[in-house]
Amino acid sequence: MEVRVVNVRKEFERFPALHDVSLDIRSGELIALLGPSGSGKTTLLRLIAGLERPTKGAIFFGEEDASQKSIQERNVGFVFQHYALFRHMTVADNIGFGLKVRHGAARPSAQEIRRRASELLDLVQLSGLEKRYPAQLSGGQRQRVALARAMAIEPKVLLLDEPFGALDAQVRRELRRWLREIHDATGHTTVFVTHDQEEALELADRVVVMSQGRIEQVGSADEIYDTPNSPFVYSFIGESSSLPVKVDNGEIWLADRPVGLQAPHAPSGEALLYFRPHDVELLDGCSGCIAGTVAASRRVAGTRRVELEIGGERQRVEIELPVDHPAAQKSRVAFRPRRWKLFPAS
Amino acid sequence: MADPEIKSYEPHHESQSAAVTESRPVRWVAMGIAFAFLAVFLLLPLIVVFHEALSKGIGAYTEALASPDTRSAIRLTLLVAAISVPLNLIFGISAAWAIAKFEFKGKAFLTTLIDLPFSVSPVISGLVYVLLFGAQGLLGAWLKAHGIVILFAVPGIVLATIFVTFPFVARELIPLMQEQGNGDEEAALSLGANGWQAFWYVTLPNVKWGLLYGVLLCNARAMGEFGAVSVVSGHIRGLTNTMPLHVEILYNEYNAVGAFAVASLLAGLALVTLVLKTLLEMRYGAEIAATRGH
Repeated sequence: MEVRVVNVRKEFERFPALHDVSLDIRSGELIALLGPSGSGKTTLLRLIAGLERPTKGAIFFGEEDASQKSIQERNVGFVFQHYALFRHMTVADNIGFGLKVRHGAARPSAQEIRRRASELLDLVQLSGLEKRYPAQLSGGQRQRVALARAMAIEPKVLLLDEPFGALDAQVRRELRRWLREIHDATGHTTVFVTHDQEEALELADRVVVMSQGRIEQVGSADEIYDTPNSPFVYSFIGESSSLPVKVDNGEIWLADRPVGLQAPHAPSGEALLYFRPHDVELLDGCSGCIAGTVAASRRVAGTRRVELEIGGERQRVEIELPVDHPAAQKSRVAFRPRRWKLFPAS
Repeated sequence: MADPEIKSYEPHHESQSAAVTESRPVRWVAMGIAFAFLAVFLLLPLIVVFHEALSKGIGAYTEALASPDTRSAIRLTLLVAAISVPLNLIFGISAAWAIAKFEFKGKAFLTTLIDLPFSVSPVISGLVYVLLFGAQGLLGAWLKAHGIVILFAVPGIVLATIFVTFPFVARELIPLMQEQGNGDEEAALSLGANGWQAFWYVTLPNVKWGLLYGVLLCNARAMGEFGAVSVVSGHIRGLTNTMPLHVEILYNEYNAVGAFAVASLLAGLALVTLVLKTLLEMRYGAEIAATRGH
């Protein structure tokens, strides 16, 4: 099921949580809403589910305007951050709940509900735990039950709010891979919210980066990482360093020295230069480079991170060096970013 | 079948670490004072009640209880409790539901209002009804014209009892529901349940022990209420006398055995309530712990 969010605005008591957000979600896609807390990602997910109503705008499921429909009519599977399993019901009763509350002919027989529950437990690899209560399950198992319960109603769209947020790192990685497999097997259109970029980049077909109630960028993991389109995305996704520079006739200057980078299309004036710490070229002589004094150096796994103080303003930037590179010990290091981007100075 | 999830709710009585434990004599003195106090002010009166009730033998005791006025008082008390407790169950659940699950204007005011019966003297609660429904009261003339009798009759007693016992269920449920939040209900709705199904299958089972606890306290108070009922009842023997009122009348007539016989029933009710309350607290302590206020 294709989902389209069209010019949606959401205010909570006059406080805007989402400003005019539009997003097309393709059928069968696994998409991540990624952002820091307060970016509006959970609000957007709850709007799609129908747990909140938009202040303005509309949400379409296929050709149908879903924004006028109640959450029951939308038929979405929602997995809550803290699972929200019914603690007084067994695992099987939890999974069967969505079928049991149906009315009239739509409600399967008790036997059929039990069969469906067992099937779904097989799918989430928890066979045999039908009679357990949620309190008797581990966090990862509860998460699986919550997903099975959401899938029991054969939802058009599957929505997950921070699905792995409450789990430890090991279980998290395991469940991530497993969710991808389930998604590929069932083909549900799936939207999940996360603040963990690794999770979003690894798992999702496309990532929606959000900040302060706006969508900053939508794209594949590669697009988001390699061509961030805003300073926010540059600094939020992966590591980044930035320096205030000047552009003069397509030439980039740091204070009174040319950096050796050309930006023929950038307007002259103040700008911010962004680059990745690991994506730099070290130079010996310096005619057109960024040069700084080593202020701090630390070992990070297979590389060495060096913090440089640049120029009279003592701007600090981080770059990454090979562990055995002599520049790591030198007090003065010159480099030039290999891949970089200019943003207007704010 | 006992719910297995209870295991994780077991109230844990953490033993005090050595550093904060007082010396032995200090502990003994503290415990001694507490027990002596309880013995003098709580246990002794209870013993006196039963002693006095049985002072002229078991025959006199049963005879006192069998008198028509006493039986009528017992019937009336049971009737009043049977009406006011279910009503307060419904009121209490609705009020708690509204306060815990929704945001609306005047919520703080409503919360304060629910506590009003606890902060007002029961006599005042009774007087309010007299001022409202009495012959000279606000609605007195209208009621009389329509032949409706509220004051000095069963409806007045029921109203006063409802007023006095209103907070018990609501106050038990509000913190519990607030703590549980809306997550489970939202999950139920997202799975296709309507509001009623979400309430019946999810909300109610989540609060059942707290609810039972509230009902228990509500019932004890409904049967034992004296002040408010005394004002609105009119003390008509055999008609509008509840058990607590009947105790007073018998006592004023120097019928000690009769008075204490009825009192022993009320004391028995209190003991049963206490045992049930303790059992509930032992098994479902954490679930109702949020609400220790009475």
